[in-house]
Amino acid sequence: MEGLSRRYGAVVALDHLDLTVQSGELVALLGPSGCGKTTTLRLLAGLEDTDTGHIIVGGKDITRLPASKRDMGMVFQAYSLFPHMTARQNVAFGLRLRRVAAAQRDKRAMEMLELVGLSAQADRYPNQISGGQQQRVALARALAIEPQVLLLDEPLSALDAKVRAQLRDQIRRIQLEVGITTLFVTHDQEEALAIADRVGVMKEGRIEQLAPPTDVYSRPATSFVAEFVGLSNRLTGDVSGGQVTVRGCTLPLMESGVPDGQVVALVRPEAVTLASHTSAESGPLVGTVIAVTFLGATSRVTVDLGDTTIMAQLTTSDASALPAGSRVALTIRPDPVLVSSSSSPDGLVAEEEE
Amino acid sequence: MAPVTAVGETPLAAPAGRQAGMQAGRRRRLNAFRYVVFTVFGLFFALPLLAMARFSLEGAKLGTWSVTAWRQIASYTSSEGIPPLISAVEITLELAVITSAVMLVLVVPTMIWIRLRVRWLARAMEFLCLLPLTIPPIVLVVGLGPIYDKIAHLSLSALMLFWVYVILALPYAYRALAAGLSTIDATTLSEAARSLGASWFGVIVRVIVPNMWDAILNALLLTCALVLGEFTIAFFLLYVNLQVELYSISRNTPDAGVIFSTSTASLLFAFALLLILSFARRRRGIRG
Repeated sequence: MEGLSRRYGAVVALDHLDLTVQSGELVALLGPSGCGKTTTLRLLAGLEDTDTGHIIVGGKDITRLPASKRDMGMVFQAYSLFPHMTARQNVAFGLRLRRVAAAQRDKRAMEMLELVGLSAQADRYPNQISGGQQQRVALARALAIEPQVLLLDEPLSALDAKVRAQLRDQIRRIQLEVGITTLFVTHDQEEALAIADRVGVMKEGRIEQLAPPTDVYSRPATSFVAEFVGLSNRLTGDVSGGQVTVRGCTLPLMESGVPDGQVVALVRPEAVTLASHTSAESGPLVGTVIAVTFLGATSRVTVDLGDTTIMAQLTTSDASALPAGSRVALTIRPDPVLVSSSSSPDGLVAEEEE
Repeated sequence: MAPVTAVGETPLAAPAGRQAGMQAGRRRRLNAFRYVVFTVFGLFFALPLLAMARFSLEGAKLGTWSVTAWRQIASYTSSEGIPPLISAVEITLELAVITSAVMLVLVVPTMIWIRLRVRWLARAMEFLCLLPLTIPPIVLVVGLGPIYDKIAHLSLSALMLFWVYVILALPYAYRALAAGLSTIDATTLSEAARSLGASWFGVIVRVIVPNMWDAILNALLLTCALVLGEFTIAFFLLYVNLQVELYSISRNTPDAGVIFSTSTASLLFAFALLLILSFARRRRGIRG
């Protein structure tokens, strides 16, 4: 995609977006609502027209081709199986349009249903199977036509957590097995980080960072990416000589060339460790636990430092020794941090988008 | 401890039992009320119809039975020797078929297109389709009179009434189709079909229409019911359909039995057709 733009009245949905996806790669587009990720997918599928820019697939410019001629397989967020057709007929629909002989069509449909583990449900209608199964049939239907690109528009968002995790892994397994180039749109960072080869974090119609999941998490390119992917403590600090001092701790900077002065440092909760503090002494890194959130293997502990709050992510066994009300001393691991010149209040923690 | 448990259980069990009893009593009263309402309304509708059927079978002497009136309307012939009732039935049936076909061809694709491509036109479409409800048939006759006068020069048959019948049936057909269309996610289904390679025509014919068969059959049912019962416009525009013919037969005979038998025949004819259509709809429902 080169310089792709799309406006809806005064709203700029896509702003000269450039994106190259390698053959067989799975790229996840991640971002908050309204950042343009679904618009990108719809422009690619031909369901909407571009204002400017080009879409090139396999060296061929398909910008002006109608959706029906683009050779893209798409799975939608809403259940999109044709209600009057069985699972098998749904999967065979695209092949029927391509005038594939009935026997061959049926064979291919069954192969695809087997691939998604639903051959036993081949003759069931959409209203006779679960939501997760419907999305798997939709995936089989999209793959049956052997498209050049597979487009997945938040296909898991309507499913419950357990089915979602299972289907997410299944999508990745199938994508690797078939080797199909895939663009996956989601607002769930866990989903994106778990299955993508590269993650594109979008903001206001542009890609802020396109990189492998580990880089996006541990080396965010911008403060937006750092705040959007995972949680960050926003702590006021002073930059001096290429380092930032936050509440008495000196931390290395992730980027070079940051001018000296006051900034907001973005510190991951897992970089903060806590220990019981029994003495009456107080200091910039001594506070009181005000909440412990159980997350399974880990727990998130919120500490009131008097002038701000800070979050730490600990193993649940460590966190259980620090109930609400206990006095704790904090240590910040000297991981490289990003700084932002943003004037947002100190101590706010970016929330994970649900 | 045992007596304590028993004492503790008693007051809990009593309100539960009393509540269940009260609920059962309320249910019985509700059921009785339903039966009464059903019977009253059933009699309200059935009595005049039964009385009409009985009068159509009235013999020469009061209280006797005879099918003479029915024989009379069957044997009633025009100057050309064709039983006019038969030709009126033919014309009305043809009108029902043509009106339904034109209605479906005009309205179904338009509604789907507006839903998928030009949603901002939906309000205007609804307004236009519901407009005929607000115009009395007699006003339509006045407005359409000059047009039909011109058509009369072309010596076209009563089948030309389909134009006006399409207009008359538009609100009912529109409501039925709109209800059907609203039950499916037409946008997502069409996008899914297009991404799989379907043209717009393919989307409508292969995906949307098969999912709104019930609504289409409902629209057909309402259109047919309207055409079968329409009298005012045909009468004033001087065309002969079934209702006008029945009226004419009843006017040309002093026999009250004939009048009642024609009305009963008209009702039976409409019932039979509507039953066939609703049976077809139910069969579709069963197939699923």
